[in-house]
Amino acid sequence: MELIFEKSVEERKGARVPGGVSVPADIPPHLRRKEPPSLPQVSELDAVRHFTALGRMNFSVDRNFYPLGSCTMKYNPKVLEKAAEEEGFLSAHPYASVIAPEKVQGSLRLIYELEEMLAEITGMDAVSLQPMAGAQGELAGMLMVRAAHEAAGRVKDHVIVPDTSHGTNPATARMAGYEVVTVGTGRDGLMDYDEFIRKLGPSTAAVLMTCPNTLGIFNPAVDKIAAAARGSEAFMYCDGANLNALMGKFRPGDAGFDIMHVNLHKTFGTPHGGGGPGAGPVCVKEELREFLPVPRVVKVKDRFEVVEDRDGSIGRLSCFFGNFGVLVKAYAYILLCGGEGLELISEMAVLNANYLKEKLRRFYEIPFGEGCLHEFVLSASGLKKHGVSAYDVAKFLIDKGIHPPTVYFPLIVSEAMMIEPTETESKQTLDAFAEAMKEAAELASRDPEELRRAPRGAPAGRLDETGAARSLKLASLE
Amino acid sequence: MVYFSKEHEWVRVEGKTAVIGITEYAAEELGDITYVEMPREGDLFARGEVICEIESVKAAGEVYAPVSGKVIETNPLLVDEPEQAGENPRQEGWILKMEISDPSETGGLMDETDYSRYLETLG
Repeated sequence: MELIFEKSVEERKGARVPGGVSVPADIPPHLRRKEPPSLPQVSELDAVRHFTALGRMNFSVDRNFYPLGSCTMKYNPKVLEKAAEEEGFLSAHPYASVIAPEKVQGSLRLIYELEEMLAEITGMDAVSLQPMAGAQGELAGMLMVRAAHEAAGRVKDHVIVPDTSHGTNPATARMAGYEVVTVGTGRDGLMDYDEFIRKLGPSTAAVLMTCPNTLGIFNPAVDKIAAAARGSEAFMYCDGANLNALMGKFRPGDAGFDIMHVNLHKTFGTPHGGGGPGAGPVCVKEELREFLPVPRVVKVKDRFEVVEDRDGSIGRLSCFFGNFGVLVKAYAYILLCGGEGLELISEMAVLNANYLKEKLRRFYEIPFGEGCLHEFVLSASGLKKHGVSAYDVAKFLIDKGIHPPTVYFPLIVSEAMMIEPTETESKQTLDAFAEAMKEAAELASRDPEELRRAPRGAPAGRLDETGAARSLKLASLE
Repeated sequence: MVYFSKEHEWVRVEGKTAVIGITEYAAEELGDITYVEMPREGDLFARGEVICEIESVKAAGEVYAPVSGKVIETNPLLVDEPEQAGENPRQEGWILKMEISDPSETGGLMDETDYSRYLETLG
């Protein structure tokens, strides 16, 4: 496909402005451009066709099944967009929260109430909506761990993570200044308890777990782990990436977790895409409330006010209140579903995953666990004897109109494919996916070369991923 | 003499020096290697500590010190051609050299035959 610059023709214009465009007189001469910018010169129709064609090359939940494990690529109801486009939310100036909070009482109320809802769902006592991504929520959480230990004069030097953890977990621990100690996984797919107890000690700052873990397995010993951590004055941190499995069934706060971040763009119907905008609220127990990021919305009688700064706080993570539009959508989603609806979502997400897991068991190895929660990990290592990898199967699925699952994660599963169907998919879609996976396994033994040539129907075939990682070009303009 | 670790490193002992790299099995599991993060020369490591990290298109893997000692040289070739660590893991793609502090530690490693048997158990 041509770049829009390649479609450019000298002097072609999208619109003609009567009298031409002049530079406003109040822009001083030294700030004015000497040369006009190099922009594509195209008609409006050229521009519409170009971007429509680009949009058709895009792969999205609105067009295709997207079982990308760990990412909860559910359908996001369109009514949420309408909520976020309400004039009062859309045109509120962020600074109004500082200089004229009386003008934005509705927005402040939404922030306050969304915090209360998330506290109820997670079993925590206080919430900050500041973090703009799950990883930033994690960072906020670990900085609070650090602040709380320092305030109490406790000397801590490491964080414990299981070897199934998301890559962000050890990275966050390091960013907060801690060493990372990894605990292995037993044959049951759970963190090895004995090894955990051996590695837990007085200098353990926190234990960082995902619940259920990245194999989609819930750890029934989580309260025992939490009690042991408490005995060492270590905080329990729950990576909330997999909350879609738990709503209405299990509250991490009740099981002894002290901190948890929630990915609104995974669990609560707000879009993923292009790296954002996301939202990763961080939820804590009472003991950590004072360390939450600022600003905070507080309720004084019937009015909502903004506290800009507070002793003990780890400070600011964003200028105002994170990605506010995303917060509006999540608030609307929770109201739309209600408590019973959220519980049903988790039930259906778990049912869909178990249905698929059972269907695929005949063609692929399931290395860990009998049942699963909202996602599961299978291994394509049985296809290795044909010279076929999980990567080849993933590429084949693209030709079937299916987004590939997460591959090669978690690291402890060889040729891993991590599949999360979500609750919004029908039985027919799940069956079609199982059929495509079966076809891939059969093709691997019949004609592996054909499988290695996939995808054929995509805008691009196999990309040079190694080249992309080795020779980074992060900006195209000088 | 060449030894092997359960973490899929090879160690060639030359007097007091150990030359260390990853095995073909590790290279195969990692896929195309994009970056090798080296320790500094002079750094001390105890056996089992993470001595360097390898990034590939699939994953980030850790190399554990198969014996205790001091890093005396890192492979300069891997700065510009990290893929050599996976493509020629036993020759040009060696990772680093250590001065061994306790020669008896090689007793905890496997020889080529035992390592082959170990690989079979992994399936």
